[in-house]
Amino acid sequence: MATTMAPPAPTAGTTFGPKILVFSTNNISDPGIDLAGSSHLHYSPRAMTIAVPCSSGIAPEWIAYAFDQGFDGVFIASDGEECSYLTDCSERSAKLFERAQAMMAEKGYAPERLKMAAICSVCAEPFVKYMHEFEAQLRELGPVGVA
Amino acid sequence: MSERKIGVYVCQCGGNISDYVDVERVRQAVAEDPDVVVARTAMFTCSDATQDEIADDIKLDDLDGLVVASCSPKLHTFTFRGVARRAGLNPYRYTQVNLREQDSWAHTDDRLGATEKAIRLVRAGIARTRLLEPLDPTVVETVPRALVIGAGIAGLRAAIGLADIGLGVVLIEREAEVGGHVRELGTMYPHDRQGQELISELLGEVRRREGIALFTNAELVRKGGTFGNYEVDIRTRGDSNMTRRFEVGSIIVATGFDSYLPEEGEYGYGIPGVLTLPEFKKLVDASEGPLVYGDRPVRSVAYIYCVGSRQGESGPHQYCSRFCCTSAVHTDLELRAKAPKVHQYHLYRDMRTYGRYELLYNDSREKGSAYLKFAPDTPPEVQRRGDGQLEVRVHDQLASQEEVNLDVDLVVLVTGMVPRSNQELIQRLKLPVGRDGFFNEIHPKLRPVETVVDGVAICGACQFPKTAGESVASGLAAVSWSAAMLKQGRAELDPQVATVDPDLCTFCGVCMEACPYGAIGQQELGGSRQVAVIDPATCKGCGGCAPLCPEHAINVLGYTGREVEAMIESLAAGVA
Ligand SMILES: Cc1cc2nc3c(=O)[nH]c(=O)nc-3n(C[C@H](O)[C@H](O)[C@H](O)COP(=O)(O)OP(=O)(O)OC[C@H]3O[C@@H](n4cnc5c(N)ncnc54)[C@H](O)[C@@H]3O)c2cc1C
Ligand code: SF4
Ligand code: SF4
Repeated sequence: MATTMAPPAPTAGTTFGPKILVFSTNNISDPGIDLAGSSHLHYSPRAMTIAVPCSSGIAPEWIAYAFDQGFDGVFIASDGEECSYLTDCSERSAKLFERAQAMMAEKGYAPERLKMAAICSVCAEPFVKYMHEFEAQLRELGPVGVA
Repeated sequence: MSERKIGVYVCQCGGNISDYVDVERVRQAVAEDPDVVVARTAMFTCSDATQDEIADDIKLDDLDGLVVASCSPKLHTFTFRGVARRAGLNPYRYTQVNLREQDSWAHTDDRLGATEKAIRLVRAGIARTRLLEPLDPTVVETVPRALVIGAGIAGLRAAIGLADIGLGVVLIEREAEVGGHVRELGTMYPHDRQGQELISELLGEVRRREGIALFTNAELVRKGGTFGNYEVDIRTRGDSNMTRRFEVGSIIVATGFDSYLPEEGEYGYGIPGVLTLPEFKKLVDASEGPLVYGDRPVRSVAYIYCVGSRQGESGPHQYCSRFCCTSAVHTDLELRAKAPKVHQYHLYRDMRTYGRYELLYNDSREKGSAYLKFAPDTPPEVQRRGDGQLEVRVHDQLASQEEVNLDVDLVVLVTGMVPRSNQELIQRLKLPVGRDGFFNEIHPKLRPVETVVDGVAICGACQFPKTAGESVASGLAAVSWSAAMLKQGRAELDPQVATVDPDLCTFCGVCMEACPYGAIGQQELGGSRQVAVIDPATCKGCGGCAPLCPEHAINVLGYTGREVEAMIESLAAGVA
C-alpha cells in the first residue's frame, strides 16, 4: 500500500517541521523544561534549547541571528516573577522582546515568530502546551524566509 | 579555524539515552569535527571508571576542551568540572550537553528526530567549548563569624546552631525583646507548647553560649567589605546610641512577616467584636474559663477564612498563607477545651490543614464545630444589628446553596501573613524581593536558603508564609550553608561573570544604572579615558546589563555573544 502512495507534497502546513530555538534560564525555566522530559511529555525534537543565566540577558541580536540562521521561531522561556536576580526581570525581558521584534520587522520576519512566556521550574505541562501551539502556528506561517 | 583539542563523551545512561537516541551515530557525526580529537560513548559517563578514562584522555591527548553529553547540567556539572580539574584541564572549558531530560526522555516517540537533535545539541556544545577561555574562580578567605538579623524563632534557633558548630554569632533584633511573633503566642500547634515558654527557653540557650553576641533595639546600618569578609555596622538605640563594627563571613536574614491588617470595613472590620486572628488568639490564650469580650459572654464565634490571602487579581496577596487554616482550627479546639458550650462556625474557601494537621480539623468537626464553604465571588457579609448582635450572612456552597444567617457574638477574620516592611535592609543587602514582597531564594528546592547575593541567606517566614517548625527547619538549613562556607576558611566565587571590553566602552553609564548590585564602577584607562569596570566578586553574572550596552561592550563569560551565536549556528545547521 505504502509504495503506491505519492509522497506528500512538500508544501507548508503538511511536512514542514518548524525549527524552534528556545532560550531558557539556568535556575527557573530550564528545570521546568527538564521536568517535561522527565515526565516523558512529548514535543517536537526540532525545538532546541540554549540556557542562559537570566532572561534579562538575552540579546535581541541573538534572536535576529537565529532567524538569519534558519530558525522558524524563537521562544523565550522567561523567568517571569520568579527571577532570583532582578526584581524587574519581567519588565526588562519585555523591553528586550520589543527590541527584538523591531529588529525582526526591519529584517522582514513576521513578529509572530517570536514568543515569550514565563516558565517556572515545575511548569512542564505549560511548556509543552506552548511548544505544541507555537509549532502549529509556525506551520501556518510556513518556513522562515518564505514570505 | 582555531585548532583545539576537544574530547566528547556521549552517554548511554544505561539505556535512558541509548534506547531513544542512536548514540553511535551521534558519536560518528561529531567525531568528524577537526577540533574533536577524542569521541567516545559510555554506558555511564558519571561512573568512576569513565571519569578516570576521561581524565586519562585529557592527560594523554593534552585536551583543552571537554564536552559531556549526558543528563541535565543541574546534576553533574560539578562532577565533570572536577574531572577536568583533576586532570589539569581548566574546569570552565567544559560544556554539559543535556541529552536526557531535553532529548531522549522528551522524544521517546521519535528515534530519528531525537538522534538528529542530539547531533545538533552536541555540535552546539562543541562550538561553545571551542570558544571558551580558561577561567579561575575568585577565591576569598572567610571570617568564621555570622550575622543573624532578626531574633524570632528562626533567628534564635539559627544562632544557637551556628554557635554549636564553633562559629561566632552576632544576633541583632530590632525590637526591645526577642521572639518575634511566637513570643506573643500561648498554646501552639502541633505540640501544645506555649510560645512565650519556647522563646524564653531559646533565649536561655542563647545567653548560655559565649560565642553569641545578642543586641536588641539593634539594626544593621551599613554593610561594607566584600564576600567572605563583610564589615557590618550595628547601631543600638536606647540609653546609649552606639554603633559597633563587626567582620562577618555570612549574613542570615530571619526578619519574618507581618500579620495582614484588614481595611476598615473589610468584613466589618472596625465594628466592635470583629477581630483578627492574632487578636482573637490573644483573647483565647488569656482566658481561663468561658470567654468574655468587653463585658459580654461569648457564646458563639464565626471565623471567616482567607482574609488578606488568595486575593486573586484583586489584591497584592495572591498566595495562600498556609498557617492560618490550622491556626484557626487549633484555636477552635483551644477555646472548646476552655468553654465547651461555645458554638463555632467556620466559613472557609478550602480547608488547607495539610499533613498531620488534618487530624486537628477532624477533631474540631467531631466535637461539633460547623464548617461552611463559601465561593470567592460570594463572600460572607458581616453586619451589626441595632441590638448590638453581629450577623453573618453566607451562601453555603455544599449543604444547601441557600443563604445562611448566623447570629454571633464574635467574628474572627482569619488573617494571613504579609511581607514585613524592611526597605532599608533590602537596600543595604540588595536582597532579592519577589513580586509577592517576600524574599527570594535561588531555588526553592535545590538551593532553598541561598540568595544570589554571595554570603547572604534567608530563612523563616521572610521567605514565604511558614509555621514555626518550618521556620526553624530553614534556620537550620542556613546554619549548614554557613558551616560549609565558613568552616573551610575559604570560598570560591563563580567566575562566569560580566566583563566590559574597554576598547568598545564609551562610558555612557547605561550599565551602571542597569545593575542593581552596584557591581559596575569606573576606571581610568591610559590617556584619562574613563571606562566601565565590573567587580567579579560583586557581579552575579545575570547578564542584565549586557543587552543594554549600546556599544555591545559587555559579555558574560561562558555566555558571550560569540559563544551563543556559534551555538545557534550549530543548532540551525543540517545534520547530514
Ligand atoms: C496568630 C498566629 C498564630 C500562630 N500559631 C502558630 C502555631 O500554633 N504553630 C506554628 O508553628 N506557627 C504558628 N504561627 C506562625 C509563627 O508565628 C511563624 O511561623 C513564626 O513566627 C516565624 O518565625 P520567624 O522567626 O521567621 O519570624 P518572626 O516571628 O516574624 O520574627 C522575626 C524577627 O525579626 C525581627 N526583625 C525584622 N526586621 C528586622 C530588622 N531589619 N533588623 C532586626 N530585626 C528585625 C522582628 O522584630 C522579629 O523579632 C502563628 C502565627 C500567627 C500570626
Ligand atoms: S553601557 Fe556599555 S558603553 Fe555604556 S558604560 Fe556600560 S559598558 Fe560602557
Ligand atoms: S551581570 Fe548582572 S550583576 Fe553583573 S554587572 Fe551585569 S547587571 Fe550587574
